[in-house]
Amino acid sequence: MPVFRLNVNNQSFTVNVEADTPLLWVLRDELNLRGTKFGCGIAQCGVCTVHFNGNAVRSCSIPVSVAEKGKIITIEGLSKDGSHPVQRAWEEMDVPQCGYCQAGQIMSAVALLSKKPKPSDADIDAAMTGNICRCATYKRIRKAIHLAAENGGNK
Amino acid sequence: MKTANLKTSRRSFLKTTALAGGALLLGFDPFLSGGSVVSLKDLSTIPGGVSFQPNAFIRIGADGIITIMAPNPEIGQGVKTSLPLLVAEELDVDWNTIQVEQAGLDTKNFNRQTAGGSGSIRSSWKSFRKAGATARKMLVEAAAGTWNVNADECYTEKGFVIHKPNGKKLSYGNLAEKASQLKVPSDVNLKDPKEFNLIGKRIHNVDNRKIVTGKMDFGIDTKREGMLYAMVARPPAFGKKLKSFDDKGALSVSGVKKVLQAGNKIAVLATSTWSAKKGRDALKIEWEDDGKLENTTDHLEAFAKLVTQKTDKPKRNDGDVDSAFPNAAKVIERTFVAPFLPHAPMEPMNFYADVHDDAVELYGPTQTPSRTRSDVSRLLKIPEEKITVGLSRMGGGFGRRLQSDYAVEAAEISSLAKAPVQVMWTREDDMQAGFYRPAGMYSYKAALGKDNQLIGWHLKAAAINSGNASRENSFPAGAVPNFRIDSHNLESKVTVGAWRAPTHNFIAFAEESLLDEIAHAAGKDPVAFRLELLDKAKTSPTGTVEYDPERYKTVIKTAAEMGNWGKKADNGIYKGFGAHFSFGSYVAQVAEISVKDNKIKVHKVFCAVDCGQVVNLSGAETQVEGGIIDGLGVALYGKLTIENGQAVQKNFNAYNLIRISDAPDIEVKFIENNIDPMGLGEPGLPPIAPAVCNAIFAATGKRITKLPINLASEG
Repeated sequence: MPVFRLNVNNQSFTVNVEADTPLLWVLRDELNLRGTKFGCGIAQCGVCTVHFNGNAVRSCSIPVSVAEKGKIITIEGLSKDGSHPVQRAWEEMDVPQCGYCQAGQIMSAVALLSKKPKPSDADIDAAMTGNICRCATYKRIRKAIHLAAENGGNK
Repeated sequence: MKTANLKTSRRSFLKTTALAGGALLLGFDPFLSGGSVVSLKDLSTIPGGVSFQPNAFIRIGADGIITIMAPNPEIGQGVKTSLPLLVAEELDVDWNTIQVEQAGLDTKNFNRQTAGGSGSIRSSWKSFRKAGATARKMLVEAAAGTWNVNADECYTEKGFVIHKPNGKKLSYGNLAEKASQLKVPSDVNLKDPKEFNLIGKRIHNVDNRKIVTGKMDFGIDTKREGMLYAMVARPPAFGKKLKSFDDKGALSVSGVKKVLQAGNKIAVLATSTWSAKKGRDALKIEWEDDGKLENTTDHLEAFAKLVTQKTDKPKRNDGDVDSAFPNAAKVIERTFVAPFLPHAPMEPMNFYADVHDDAVELYGPTQTPSRTRSDVSRLLKIPEEKITVGLSRMGGGFGRRLQSDYAVEAAEISSLAKAPVQVMWTREDDMQAGFYRPAGMYSYKAALGKDNQLIGWHLKAAAINSGNASRENSFPAGAVPNFRIDSHNLESKVTVGAWRAPTHNFIAFAEESLLDEIAHAAGKDPVAFRLELLDKAKTSPTGTVEYDPERYKTVIKTAAEMGNWGKKADNGIYKGFGAHFSFGSYVAQVAEISVKDNKIKVHKVFCAVDCGQVVNLSGAETQVEGGIIDGLGVALYGKLTIENGQAVQKNFNAYNLIRISDAPDIEVKFIENNIDPMGLGEPGLPPIAPAVCNAIFAATGKRITKLPINLASEG
């Protein structure tokens, strides 16, 4: 099997997998970074969202051969202790119900704030519409993003 | 707050605790022993050996760390927070310093480790508090003994016992050893609601930190030494079975270790999820028909015939419904159609199993761990006491994980493979092999008398494999003198099951829509009309009345006030009303919507809830908000169609779940009372579809009769 070099959370990793292996499964099965979840496999639900060169992308639909060409940040790389303003806002608003989609939601929210530090509700709806929350915590997600924006969430 | 999974066995745990010295360990068995609490000594003599796992109990270490177990499966309904909170309230501890641990299945110590029927709080309200109160009483006695004072002179606060007259205080940790030697009191007093420090407050989900940092393990995250990942090829349609297969291609995929047949299924086991999936895709399988392949259109035809007929055994039959129609001033008839709904929890089905002849370890997301264990026991012919079931946090359930199929499948594959396996489903697997909300048809005929009183109500219902398609005691039952429900069952190969607020999730739409229509026909305001009916249910009830008309009226009036019912909204905004009673709780909603090009936009929902005493305000509010948006989502989009036995909608590109852009603003108000708490995971959902559809009528004059809403198709 071919060898790929990945830059994940500012660390270098070498993995031995088939070239068509989605980044999601490399993160989860090979690198043991299991905070990134599996939901649909076709980039429709957003639970597998990570950052690729600063953009929110669906890791289920990026093969490892493409993933090695950029810088990847996962939920584990956002902060060591949950201190990122978006993570703190999520806790303060008590957003999670089951919690399964929330890593993906947070990664999308961080990407949004990096581009729009003070997003409107419409900006939030547009940026977050790719992330399904089956428990429907949307109202609190919106509030948490506004709170994170107030607290300098665009870092 | 920290949380941890307990990995030690009961026996080794007890040993560890004893070695650590001076610990008070309280296990409790709320039902088998009538809510009494037993001490460490008693627990160690309970037979059962290693299979006796710790469960809902309090552990106070000499190190001062207080641990409260969360016994029930957590699917996002918040019981991992709210049940320990009940214990903590009566124990009188600082919530921010305690630890909460998820327990595994333990039917010796627990009666109801189930996530379903909105029942966890309802069944645990008193017994869990009693466990906390008992421990607290023993700690107070231990302190009083130490100081040689009367226990009545002592009180507790945030993990300390304090001697009131002189202010001396001792921590629970310091008192643990002494308290563990005391006799367990059989009688304890519970707090008066006025004394609550935690119950009713906003308490955050105990797993938040882990969730927002990606450290929370769900079932899908299980990884053990030597474990193989499995993907399973299952029949591609209801009514198909396995004919033959060729696994050469699969076995040549790198990472694939084994291919196994288990009945009509073929499992591919590999060293990674992706290899297992590629291996499965490389199987060459021939399936054959096993009877007729069904279609949704066949079901609709069959329903249409059934709902013209009465049954021999009506579910409810008050007065004489046939006598109501000949002399009626007005007769209103409507037929409503319910599609199948998949549960589609965000975490697809998965389970870990490690099967040996003398020991089986199961771990994963299940709403019914005891059913899972008994089903695995039956299949593998291994006694239940040799099977352990660990509970992971679940990425949603909504009823899907009340089924045990995916866990039993994992156990079977592990047994055949003689290896630990994690069986992983894809989304497509989940959509096809579902246990859907039953599709059905609901045909109503209602009569208004000459004085515009509702005098007749006849429902003829039919649904797939549902047993009872109705909720025969739902309002307006009790308020109508001639009231009859006939329910037909349509047998099908399509598997169905409980879907959040089973049956309520559709009949609330049908019946609250119909009530709105009847109110208009009677020339009455829909809210006033409901209140009038509830007065009738109170003053001159017909048959069984399962709801409290006064509580029902209060939520209706409260929601109406919140939503300025009766006052005109802004231009282009229309209001609709819906209310429903389910799982012991009363919920009423006003929806504000607009309609443009046959598209519905819900702007705001006002919601009043009477669920009795609120346990966790933050958790309660989010359950109601989530229920409303979930109910709105399926009203707008939810539909699974069967063609030739296959689910047409195979993933989220075809099956739409509601997204943030459709989520309205929501205001929730809880009626304050100290009545014992009732269910809340489900009751928020049923009223939203009728509230929205009644607003659509206000906006367009069209009555929605089929879900999901398709304005263009309605007359």
